Amino acid sequence: MSTSTIVGTRDDEQVPPAGGQRRRRRTSHQVEASAHHRGPMWTVAGYAGMVLVVLVIAVPLFWILLTSFKERGDIYVRPAQWWPDPPTGQNYSELTTRIPFFDYVRNSVIITSATSVAKIVLGVISAYALSLLRFPGRSIVFLVVIAALMVPNQITVISNYALVAQLGWRNTFQGIIIPLAGVAFGTFLMRNQFLSLPGEIIEAARLDGAGPMKLLWRVVMPMSWPTLVAFALITVVNEWNEYLWPFLMSDDETTAPLPVGLTFLQNNDGVTNWGPVMAGTVLAMLPILVLFLFLQRQMIKGLTAGAVKS
Amino acid sequence: MQSSVTQPQSATPGSGGPPPEVGPPPRRSSGRAWEWSLAALLLLPNLVLLIVFTYRPLLDNIRLSFTDWNISSPIANPVGLSNYIEWFGRDDTKIIVRNTLVFTVATVGISMAVGLGLALLLDQKLKGRNIVRSVVFAPFVISGAAIGIAFQFVFDPQFGLVRDLLARIGVASPDFYQQPGWALFMVTVTYIWKNLGYTFVIYLAALQGRRADLDEAAEIDGATAWTRFRRVLMPQLRPTTFFLSITVLLSSVQVFDIINVMTRGGPQGNGTTTLVYQVYQETFVNQRAGYGATVATVMFVILLAVTVVQVRFMDRGKQA
Repeated sequence: MSTSTIVGTRDDEQVPPAGGQRRRRRTSHQVEASAHHRGPMWTVAGYAGMVLVVLVIAVPLFWILLTSFKERGDIYVRPAQWWPDPPTGQNYSELTTRIPFFDYVRNSVIITSATSVAKIVLGVISAYALSLLRFPGRSIVFLVVIAALMVPNQITVISNYALVAQLGWRNTFQGIIIPLAGVAFGTFLMRNQFLSLPGEIIEAARLDGAGPMKLLWRVVMPMSWPTLVAFALITVVNEWNEYLWPFLMSDDETTAPLPVGLTFLQNNDGVTNWGPVMAGTVLAMLPILVLFLFLQRQMIKGLTAGAVKS
Repeated sequence: MQSSVTQPQSATPGSGGPPPEVGPPPRRSSGRAWEWSLAALLLLPNLVLLIVFTYRPLLDNIRLSFTDWNISSPIANPVGLSNYIEWFGRDDTKIIVRNTLVFTVATVGISMAVGLGLALLLDQKLKGRNIVRSVVFAPFVISGAAIGIAFQFVFDPQFGLVRDLLARIGVASPDFYQQPGWALFMVTVTYIWKNLGYTFVIYLAALQGRRADLDEAAEIDGATAWTRFRRVLMPQLRPTTFFLSITVLLSSVQVFDIINVMTRGGPQGNGTTTLVYQVYQETFVNQRAGYGATVATVMFVILLAVTVVQVRFMDRGKQA
């Protein structure tokens, strides 16, 4: 498994962003030929399709961004006034005065980082035990971990709510974080990665007298960084966007993360004041989009890794 | 832990368990005592979390579905099958099941078809395709709640983007807020818009792993583009299609954030209420946790049945 090829190559034709390591051998000539020998009509249709797709995705986002800079009067007019004239930052300042916006940001950071760290650590050590340690019942334990993927959160929510409420953990960070910390997908992903490592290297390290933890840190992990980064990124994105559980657990800004906080903003008055609400959604989308912009290949790799091979 | 419904047995936390084992790994030396205890130590935290917060509530949910529990009281009285009888007999059940079906079939079907189409398009050698790939995938990483709130304004029948675009071609905007059919349409479109990037990216990865030479050979043999698509490409993509049909189905059935922020299950009471949303509403809004648990159990059984059918279907397809 030559994972390193995806990251850091800029060549458009040779390396597609996703799933590069599972491409069969073939020359780029063979694959890329199709668009050409179908003639100019196809090429034109192809570009038209691309433009259409970009419009459908980008125009709503652009509209939201523009709205967040409009004065109140410019939002509620017909026909719509597209450009903010003049652009104003008042929605953003109103946002921070009407709701404790930075408290939500802080909560999001706390919940996302704690849950992600827990998941990454648990995922790595579980995967290590399930791939490189020998013990009876290994395949059954693996099945128990993996089958958790099939259980929708929404079905466990009622009983978990009761349990956490009984512990007095509603509106606490541990009440949000601990029930989310079990990791099934990440264990699966890292286990596949560890199993793909060359057995000779692991055997050699064992013969050299490397203990199991040293083996993990010094041999296994250094060869698995790309997969770990992919796993870490999709975990961070998922936890940042997590909605249902924190929504049930938090009543106010002491623990509510940003997506839940936005819902409170929406609730504030009968008629939605769209300006600050759009400013809030822009600020909620921005950090993840920036992260995505820089690390999309690794993110996509994490998502496609489990999918294509099966 | 008692025996679970889905999986044969849940292993007990102390996984130093019983020796008789017939697992796939070849039975070399089965490890030493320290290796067993290290494995137990490394696995225990994760297993405990999964058992306590995934498997235990799954079973507990079934127990609760036979009670009249109200989520806050310490007492839950057994009521036998009456929740189930109520669910099957109630008028709103029909509407909610229909909403769930429409939403799920539309989101799964459209996002898979369009995702495949886009993957085929952006697998071609076109300039700027990498930027377009990123653009298509970007909404998938954004919070569903944020997108739901933003799209509520996009669909605003008075001052929204959709109204403005429709007005330019002289069409009046439907009332996405008040008409149940259009509200369901709005929620469905928003969900597809957000999640299209996932099916796209998975199909693209699969396309890049396909055997181009088969396609070339078929073309030399004079097969039309359509025949090559159906007879050469689709069979190669079958495992991906299968994988997506399950994962996309599971995630669309579970959608909560978009519905909660956009419509709260309305308009007219249950215009966009799906089974998952009903679970939430009955349990936490109407404080009928027993009934909510019933809906959750029904939903789980349906999901399990659908998945089993999908797996069967896949197996049969493989042999054919």
